[in-house]
Amino acid sequence: MDLSSINPVLLIASLMVSATPILLAAIGEMVVEKSGVLNLGVEGMMITGAVVGFAIAVNTGSPGWGFVAAALAGAALSLAFGVLTQFLLSNQVATGLGLTLVGLGLSSLIGKPYEGLKTPTLPKAEIPLLSDLPVFGKMLFSHDIMVYVSLILVAAVWAFLKYTRAGLILRAVGESHDSAHALGYKVTRIRMAAILFGGACAGLGGAYLSLVRVPQWTEGMTAGAGWIALAIVVFASWRAGRVLVGAYLFGGVTVLQLNLQAAGADVPVALLSASPYLITIIVLVIISARGAHAAPASLGRSFHASH
Amino acid sequence: MIRLEKRPQPSQAWTAGSPLLAVLLTMIVGGLLFAFLGADPFETIRTIFWDPIFGEFAFYYRGQLLVKAGPLILIAIGLSIGFKAGVWNIGAEGQYIMGAICGAGAGLALYPSESVLIFPVMVIAGALGGWLWAMIPAVLKTRFGTNEILVSLMLVYVAQNILISVSTGLLRNPDGMGFPGSRNFKQWDAAHNAELIAGTGMHWGVVAAFIAVIGAYVLMSRHITGFNIRLTGEAPRAARFAGVNPARIVFFCLGLAGLLAGVAGLFEVTGPAGQISGAFNAGYGFTAIIVAFLGRLHPIGILLAGLLMALTYIGGEAAQTTMQLPGAAIQLFQGMLLFFLLATDVFTNFRLRFGTKGVA
Amino acid sequence: MKRRTLLASAAIALSLGTAAFAQEEITAGFIYIGPPGDGGWTYEHDQARQKMEAHFEGKVKTVYQENVPESADAERAITQMALGGADIIFTTSFGYMDPTLAVAEKFPNVKFEHATGYKRADNVSTYSARFYEGRAVQGHIAGKMTKTNKIGYIASVPIPEVIRGINSAYLHAKKVNPDVEFSIIWLYTWFDPAKEADAARALIENGADVILQHTDSTAPQAAAQEAGNVITFGQASDMAEYAPLPRVSSIIDNWTPYYIDRVQAVLDGTWTSTDTWDGISTGMVGIGEITDAVPADVKAEALALKDAMAAGEYHPFTGPINKQDGSVWLAEGEVADDGSLAGMNFYVEGITAEVPN
Repeated sequence: MDLSSINPVLLIASLMVSATPILLAAIGEMVVEKSGVLNLGVEGMMITGAVVGFAIAVNTGSPGWGFVAAALAGAALSLAFGVLTQFLLSNQVATGLGLTLVGLGLSSLIGKPYEGLKTPTLPKAEIPLLSDLPVFGKMLFSHDIMVYVSLILVAAVWAFLKYTRAGLILRAVGESHDSAHALGYKVTRIRMAAILFGGACAGLGGAYLSLVRVPQWTEGMTAGAGWIALAIVVFASWRAGRVLVGAYLFGGVTVLQLNLQAAGADVPVALLSASPYLITIIVLVIISARGAHAAPASLGRSFHASH
Repeated sequence: MIRLEKRPQPSQAWTAGSPLLAVLLTMIVGGLLFAFLGADPFETIRTIFWDPIFGEFAFYYRGQLLVKAGPLILIAIGLSIGFKAGVWNIGAEGQYIMGAICGAGAGLALYPSESVLIFPVMVIAGALGGWLWAMIPAVLKTRFGTNEILVSLMLVYVAQNILISVSTGLLRNPDGMGFPGSRNFKQWDAAHNAELIAGTGMHWGVVAAFIAVIGAYVLMSRHITGFNIRLTGEAPRAARFAGVNPARIVFFCLGLAGLLAGVAGLFEVTGPAGQISGAFNAGYGFTAIIVAFLGRLHPIGILLAGLLMALTYIGGEAAQTTMQLPGAAIQLFQGMLLFFLLATDVFTNFRLRFGTKGVA
Repeated sequence: MKRRTLLASAAIALSLGTAAFAQEEITAGFIYIGPPGDGGWTYEHDQARQKMEAHFEGKVKTVYQENVPESADAERAITQMALGGADIIFTTSFGYMDPTLAVAEKFPNVKFEHATGYKRADNVSTYSARFYEGRAVQGHIAGKMTKTNKIGYIASVPIPEVIRGINSAYLHAKKVNPDVEFSIIWLYTWFDPAKEADAARALIENGADVILQHTDSTAPQAAAQEAGNVITFGQASDMAEYAPLPRVSSIIDNWTPYYIDRVQAVLDGTWTSTDTWDGISTGMVGIGEITDAVPADVKAEALALKDAMAAGEYHPFTGPINKQDGSVWLAEGEVADDGSLAGMNFYVEGITAEVPN
């Protein structure tokens, strides 16, 4: 076997593209979970974002509007989840699963007329000066705009949670909704805002799949990416920086295993294609073995003010 | 101003009434959806809910209802016990696949023997396969505190890859012209999980599902383990004070769920599916989660929910062929059913209050 | 112990139900593995269904069910169609083989047509296309066009049909370009646009400038277009929306004549169980337009190769051909027989990868 044909510069460049959908969805879900809500419907919101973004981009000719519409669609779907779990106090696990089911069904209905169509996609936005750098220019600074948006979003979420008062309140709500309520914070309202944000991010992630990474619309095209996003949040022990690491690691393994096959590596294909999941498990174990959980204490629990 | 007020006790009337209300609401909203798609809503609802049980071809569909509901109920029962204890195993699909692979593998190793012991050996191997696959998240959770939701889910993808690998390699039918897929168990009497009474759809997996329903009912309402499980789920700290070992609960719940999912897989692969192939699993492990919640984690509820879910599948397929409705519409319909049930469920524990503004 | 039982009484009831349909109008059913919008395999079957229905001008009604998994659900879907009064049912994926036979046993008066399988019965025919003939043309163009001498191949599931395609493409690329190398990625799926796009990118990044695919979506075409300087071929369907570049030609499955033929036989009462394996000569395998991106001389050679196969003068698997391990498969001038082609599970000499199993 000859692994010299694998070019590390191109490998890193394509892992960034491959990881962006899950990164977007994961950073949104992390905020949701920080507020104490577990929304397992990421897959459903992503695929709805994928189809709505695609449809709008095809109809308007503008991928930008596609992304905006995808964020709105993801948020709209998460609103249903929010109403059920926050006002009608339904079980979050079951509601999230239901959301996935609804999203998958809804998206393929909406998407029927768009199967097999082509969409305008995002151009590569080469950053002036930086993109001319040797090696790093092609690797890091010659991507489309959404790759940078996702990175900025990660930084913004990190700063928001760490430095702002609103971020502090959000975390307090996630740690103990009863105490936060006693302090006079509107627990339900704050959680609704977090849920909507998570939905919008998942929608963006889905649209990145259908508008940039593939780019086309097909039924069920997220193929489990939403679940990976959920895994990455835990993997990251609810920290923004580690969400980035996790998403890029997963994207990296996915791209690397295809590259290994392409280079003719003598490893069983089944093992290679299972490797992203196996490695996620191993890293999860290592992280939990070190005792760094930091899961929001109220995660997944319903809040009712008359308690 | 409308607000919710917690009932002192769950309402009996709503416990029974809310699923009916949810089905009714689903029919109304679903009917609107079908009308929007250009189908006659009444005919569609009749095709989905009525025809499979009472229609022209009900003699076939009634059996198929059992075939479809059997594995769903069997898996959902195992999951529901874990959910009661707060053990979130959402990887039953993987346990289902591994049970099928281990059971089928054990059988195929003995091919072409016609011994009466073959089928029982396969069932045991299937149960062990599912159990072992579920032990991975159990060990990791109790030993390292690793989140079982994610581990069990990741293991589904791993199992999927193993399935594809064995169906094109280890378990591939040597007489299959190089195509993937194992030997067909329907052509090997000793290993075939045939219908016990012709035309009824009743195979060993369905029998096992009924036994599991009764077993779970007894366990949860009559046995100390059931009490400990519920206590762990509702008040983990109180459970610890009461001397319940949380690790043991995790092992028990995941192990039982894996075992039931494993035998469900074995019964499916030796019966309705017939062979190990890359796509035999068809998502039962995931649908069972919905069944467990639709049935409110109660054995009898799960029995009914499994049958209802099977009905929407079979009726939905019929609506696809006879009315050319897209399959996605049916999926959406099932999602709505779950949503409405969850939404109406709130009235079991809360009541609506109008007017006076509370101190909340 | 005999636990196997027959649905005798049910079968009688069922056949009575279907016999009621007169010859005035017959119903043809189709079971699809994917959505008709996949742009590849299922799309072409659905196109052929529609054209067939139009051809019979109201005499034939068609029904179909999409996304039928190759599980126990397949048997029910087929039964459902037979119960619903279908007179002939086309099951269009390999995994429907055993379910098709099981249902056929219960409905002796319904005709069944199973694509790409090898088991037949009195009321079950099989049909497939000699895609490897198209692969030979692709291989020739690919060998001539590659500058990096690296050809990427996105393979689906390791079954004889796919392996045959790889071998045929490799042999004909090698013939015109001895330095050519094949990189093969197995995806274990027939249809997953995201995976297909990633695989295409990985191959391109590893230096491939020709991408052949045996998966059904157009995602690899889009990836190649984005990369530039890479050529591709349409698979199963023409994928003409990516012409003239990256898509320079295609293999098209044209099932229409076959479907018309078989349904006509049912209408005439002349249907019998057959085994059809047609190629370029009958038009079941079509070569999509070779675009101007291909130099005129290469295009002429490719068309000559196609014509030779259409006329039956040339067989893509003509010796001398060695197996991968160097042992002789076909001696000088020997032509592979259909039996060994149908079960092909090895690579020919020169391919460095191993058949996964």
